[in-house]
Amino acid sequence: MLDSALEVLRLQSRGEATAVEIAAKAIDKIEASQGSINAFTHVDRELALMAAEAVDQKRRNGEPLGPLAGVPVAVKDVLCTKDMPTTCSSNMLRGFRPPYDATVVEKLRQSDAVIVGKTNMDEFAMGASTETSAYGVTRNPWDTSRTPGGSSGGATACVAAGTVPLSLGTDTGGSIRQPAGFCGVTGLKPTYGRVSRYGLVAFASSLDQVGPIGWSVQDIALLLQCIAGYEPRDSTSLNLEVPDYQAVLQSIDMRGMKIGVLRNELDVDGVDDAVRDAVLSSIDIFRDAGAEMIEISLPHSSYWVPTYYVIAPSEASSNLSRYDGAHYGHRVPQLDPEKAESLGPLVATYCQSRAEGFGAEVKRRIMVGTYALSEGYADQYYNQALKARRLIKGDYDAAFSQVDLLLGPVSPTTAFRLGDKIDDPLQMYLCDLFTVGANLAGIPAISLPAGIDAAGLPLAIQLQAPPLAETRLLFAGAAYQAETDFHKLRPDNFGS
Amino acid sequence: MSLTVAEVRKLALLARLDLSDDEVASVRPQLDSILAFVKQLTELDTTDVEPMTTALDVDNRWREDQQLPGLMNEEALANSPSQNEGCFLVPPVLGVVASKKS
Repeated sequence: MLDSALEVLRLQSRGEATAVEIAAKAIDKIEASQGSINAFTHVDRELALMAAEAVDQKRRNGEPLGPLAGVPVAVKDVLCTKDMPTTCSSNMLRGFRPPYDATVVEKLRQSDAVIVGKTNMDEFAMGASTETSAYGVTRNPWDTSRTPGGSSGGATACVAAGTVPLSLGTDTGGSIRQPAGFCGVTGLKPTYGRVSRYGLVAFASSLDQVGPIGWSVQDIALLLQCIAGYEPRDSTSLNLEVPDYQAVLQSIDMRGMKIGVLRNELDVDGVDDAVRDAVLSSIDIFRDAGAEMIEISLPHSSYWVPTYYVIAPSEASSNLSRYDGAHYGHRVPQLDPEKAESLGPLVATYCQSRAEGFGAEVKRRIMVGTYALSEGYADQYYNQALKARRLIKGDYDAAFSQVDLLLGPVSPTTAFRLGDKIDDPLQMYLCDLFTVGANLAGIPAISLPAGIDAAGLPLAIQLQAPPLAETRLLFAGAAYQAETDFHKLRPDNFGS
Repeated sequence: MSLTVAEVRKLALLARLDLSDDEVASVRPQLDSILAFVKQLTELDTTDVEPMTTALDVDNRWREDQQLPGLMNEEALANSPSQNEGCFLVPPVLGVVASKKS
């Protein structure tokens, strides 16, 4: 029941379950899984049951109900919630209570969703394994010795563990798609500007985007419908009408659609055979559904990761300068008198508070960004990366003049073991090899479950579309899921 | 290219991070390898390429100049590490550490 939002809605409308019963079951499962999975940084049974009771009350009174009425939803801990702490999985924001809700959280409440808690993540969304969290690692429900991916690792693990049918993640360089792939669930990164970023704690503002995570395309279409749309408090929010995302799921006939296969990505060093095979077999599935498949390449794709790892840390170093221990967040309890003397008490407070509050990866990225923006280096690094970004965007524009969608892998590998890459930042960055392109270009992309490898780990494929063509991703995703049962596979201990 | 300890320390100060000796020792080779990796961007010919700062085709956004509700003082101060008489209390910019007793 907790693996389908549509099922949860059906059960309530038939009178077979109440929102309170569903919420209680979700919270029970979360609490039972925290010890083994640790997907949440905060769970609030009381608030969830109150929200559920309000939904049941509305239903009893015959009042109109929102599209997510009584559906338990988890929220990544980078999105502001005024009634729960918002920590970004950092000691810097331990106990921080935002004075307002993020727009997407407001929209969840307006949709009558039941928010059950906040999910664990890499600190400030910087990482690909959820190991940089200050609140402990999250484990993959398919194999608890492995990472769920990151940075939205809690958001995908909580769905894969069967605790909630839907969750909200964020994606700056693949942070929805890669963990969705590692956890065998479906995750979508919308077009930059499609979903408001108001109340999303900023990491890299020109790349960040909020998106839905669930088992099926039908479910994430439902959640996307609720969160998409114009919102003036985010100056980059697009003032454009939101299409009906359910309407495109009616047909699975892909005739007339042309899909470009990013064949080069499969030959990159370090791509698992099983990952390659999953993409290759999906080509046949799409072709059988009627799509025309052609090979295509994006010439500057080898520059995606270096471009990303200049732009994202540069923006991060600027965005995270707000954590100074003055207005909110961690402040050093005891100043080092020598430093207070040499730097002055205020600057010493900044330096020591930030040193204590931030973890190693966040510090590293702030340092890289500071370097890339510093006098004498900005042209060589930051400005050059901005120019490379335009070339990368140009490749996509050229590709989409020939095809409707792009098909390729999500990540080079399946879920790796906890501890495998945490000491080698560059190896961790290369997890983003196939995902950062969509963020740099601002286009939407989806990660779809594509089977299980010999080790029992989920495989995934990625589709990318032109700006605002989420409809196309959902349509093709639904067609794929109509032909396959990969999104119906569950980890062994799922039902427990 | 390799950063010296002094350069890492200077960078840390610019970034307002008080790094321990151990942290400097471990982050230095990591920064070297990251910077060497991203430096491959300099191979790209970007003559006549305009920098791309946003994925959107939008100009500046304007709105009516009207009053909108904002945070009340109490809400703004709710998460402050230290406050005094309705203001944020921070250490002095110059001089010695002394804090006003409230």
